[in-house]
Amino acid sequence: MATAVTTPEQAGRRRSWRRLPVVHQLRQSVGLQRGMLIAGLVLMGVFVLTAVFAPLLAPYEYGQLRDAEGTFGAQQSPSAEHWLGTTVGGYDVLSRVIWGSRTALYVIVIAVLLSIVLGVLLGLVSGYFGGWLDRVLVVIADAVYAFPTLLLAIVVAIVISGGQSRLWGGIFAAAISITVVFIPQYFRVVRAETVRIKAEAFVESAKVIGASNRRIMTRHVLRNATRTLPLILTLNASEAILTLAGLGFLGFGIQPTAAAEWGYDLNRSLSDVSSGIWWTSVFPGAAIVLTVLGLTLVGESLNDLADPRLRTRRRAADVPEDEVEDAPAGTPEVSAVPGGTLSGPDGVGAPHTGGTRA
Amino acid sequence: MSVVDIKDLQVTFATDAGSVAAVKDVSLQVQAGEVLAIVGESGSGKTVTARSILGLLPETARVRGAVVLSSKDGTDEHDVVPLRGSQLREVRGQDAAMVFQEPSTSLNPVYPVGWQIAEGLRAHGKLSKKEARVKAIDVLRRVGIPDPEERVDHYPHQFSGGQKQRIVIAQALVLDPGVIIADEPTTALDVTVQAEILDLLRRCRDEFGAAIVLITHNMGVVADLADRVAVMYQGRIVEQADVRTLFSAPQDDYTKQLLGAVPRLGQGVARTRERAAGRKAGWAEATPVVEARDLRIVYPGRLRQPDFVAVDGVSFAIRPGEVLGLVGESGSGKTTIGRAIAGLTKVGGGSLQVLGTEMNGMKERTFRPVRERIGFVFQDPASSFNPLLTIAEAVAEPLVVHKRAKDPAAARARVDELLEAVQLPKAFGDRFPHELSGGQRQRASLARGLALEPELLIADEPTSALDVSVQARVLELFDELQRELGFAALFISHDLAVVDLLADRIAVLYRGRLVEEGTGAEVLGAPKHPYTQRLLASLPVPDPDEQATRRTQLQALRDAD
Repeated sequence: MATAVTTPEQAGRRRSWRRLPVVHQLRQSVGLQRGMLIAGLVLMGVFVLTAVFAPLLAPYEYGQLRDAEGTFGAQQSPSAEHWLGTTVGGYDVLSRVIWGSRTALYVIVIAVLLSIVLGVLLGLVSGYFGGWLDRVLVVIADAVYAFPTLLLAIVVAIVISGGQSRLWGGIFAAAISITVVFIPQYFRVVRAETVRIKAEAFVESAKVIGASNRRIMTRHVLRNATRTLPLILTLNASEAILTLAGLGFLGFGIQPTAAAEWGYDLNRSLSDVSSGIWWTSVFPGAAIVLTVLGLTLVGESLNDLADPRLRTRRRAADVPEDEVEDAPAGTPEVSAVPGGTLSGPDGVGAPHTGGTRA
Repeated sequence: MSVVDIKDLQVTFATDAGSVAAVKDVSLQVQAGEVLAIVGESGSGKTVTARSILGLLPETARVRGAVVLSSKDGTDEHDVVPLRGSQLREVRGQDAAMVFQEPSTSLNPVYPVGWQIAEGLRAHGKLSKKEARVKAIDVLRRVGIPDPEERVDHYPHQFSGGQKQRIVIAQALVLDPGVIIADEPTTALDVTVQAEILDLLRRCRDEFGAAIVLITHNMGVVADLADRVAVMYQGRIVEQADVRTLFSAPQDDYTKQLLGAVPRLGQGVARTRERAAGRKAGWAEATPVVEARDLRIVYPGRLRQPDFVAVDGVSFAIRPGEVLGLVGESGSGKTTIGRAIAGLTKVGGGSLQVLGTEMNGMKERTFRPVRERIGFVFQDPASSFNPLLTIAEAVAEPLVVHKRAKDPAAARARVDELLEAVQLPKAFGDRFPHELSGGQRQRASLARGLALEPELLIADEPTSALDVSVQARVLELFDELQRELGFAALFISHDLAVVDLLADRIAVLYRGRLVEEGTGAEVLGAPKHPYTQRLLASLPVPDPDEQATRRTQLQALRDAD
């Protein structure tokens, strides 16, 4: 009985961290694809760390206008006190860029969570049951697709915050408007996968066994249908940032006293550009570009790596004949052994099982 | 004179799991006008070897050695391995051509077949449109397409599967190549059509003088067509011999095992008789597990197309503990019947009683308790397991669903028993489906089907995706388990020899109708219906001399029609 308890655990560990979505792809990649993925991951890491440790990293608060020595002064060029200068409103640019990452992260997390939960649920139900519900949902999803994202976001922003731009009001306005636009994407991907998986023999086999629809959907279809989600997730996250910045830039964002927001800062620095004050626009702009670039790089490389036809591999090495695995295509093809299949290379005392347990 | 001369060929693939050698030190020659068969199981490197003749390997492959291709008149010689781009195109089609496995995907659906045949001519010569058309019509006539003048402008979907394969062969023949590589040319086709295509390939050799490299895993096809045979195993050629020598006196152990595993007709007769003798009196009167009366199953048509009647007026019965073999070609409705019994397809008319439940107008809710008493084994071992569940979890699934166990962990003891019953080690329970071979997965599938000790097991072509030797093991296991547990079974297969091995009675389906039913000795020994006769005569047997006599018999049958 002891073995029965321990073995599943060991099997679980064997799949552990190496099989995690991004780690697995990182190990799999080579050459340029690996470079892109690593660059993206580094940018993403910097972004997330900055957001998490913003209170420690930022020299001042996002809404701070003065310290013990008096006001900062507007449009001060970079100096020892203000490394990246101050804005037209008299805020410290560096602090606002750092605090801004926090707002961006909130929006990404809320937007992605909301749209994933709803999109996956709807896609699963719609794809699995089909019928009129499916048709109606597909039509609605298509209609939302055709709607301009930013316009929708503006409407939602006004509805939610009623013109008052507080921190959470602004964040939810951006997040919900993004959610509405993203749900169709998750919906479509999960629905398409569900329709495909529904026809697979293992789902029919569950039906023949007598499993209920709910059990089939959760145990057999759902986990198999979510394989491509990490990919859309990263791409959507970058789009979420752009929408938030767009809202801020158009003046539907968050007030500077409620939170720091890159789009708002860009909007305020518009007039500075023509008068030779570059630091107020370059740094928030660079923050947006680098964050979006990082997320997009990760998304694109995950996309390429997920497709065996786009994935680059190392050239086949000229291995001395004996060292080359016998079974082609990596499958331990015991079937190639005639007669007793158990005596095959992957039989009872299989080398790779023993190896991982050791 | 040899048209193809392969010397020390070595092909290595770059995969995610590192370099894998698919072909190791293969040397092979194809003489002009001969049929060389390369046989071996999946993964033995036979397709890779043959594709290297045309330089058709993917970019991830690294090729070593030489593949010298001579033109038909012997004036020109090329080593294909270093060739690239236009030089390679020059050789392809002209010196060597290819016939693919699946005729329905190797033709482009948006062009007429004549255009596709002429494409090869346009790529190699400066023929005018008219001349190319004349040649296309001519070659279509020679491969046996009726009314070629008219049909040259038809699209691929207007032809049947066998005709499509003829067109693909015509495409290969039109440039009059020295060698044709046929990669499993008949695997996707029904037995009766297979016999016709094999005849055509024989004519390619005799009339067109082309050498043929035939890749196949079917020993019957080899016996029917080949002059010489090369047996491949794990990337190496283990034996090369004249076809008669190979079948009568195989040298290598692997070849012997391969030939021994091929099911032959007539093997099951003694077994059936023994089983019939062992039955208790009154068995024939027992209530059947499954009883169909005038069963009719219809797939509704779409958009003004008429409904498709898949099964029409079929009556049969399966009594407790009996194995009924259901044979038929693709589209004959055999799988539909299996699915209807399992409640996956709606019954359109007539009556189908399964374990006392009427399936015509069945409600899922009322049928669910009956499902407990039915097991199902699917055709494709690759897709019948949820890739994210371990084998133990998958086998425990029926136990959990029917509340015999709380969760997969609690069912583990029973799962281990089941795995042992299908001769898989307990440790395999912790593996994921992709870590098992096809045969192992099919045995796990059998374990899952038997988990609830069903009274009825439906096996839908359980061995058609497996290699011969693996198939032999799975069939043996099925037989053992059936004897031990005594369940009734519906065994669906397109292979007469396989059904003959296992079934007590055989039912032959043809276009949705049951044309013949009886014991193996009756149906296979003295077939009454002309279709059964034709089916039986079309089945190639793994013996060149016997196959030659059968071929003449088949010809006689065809002439009689």
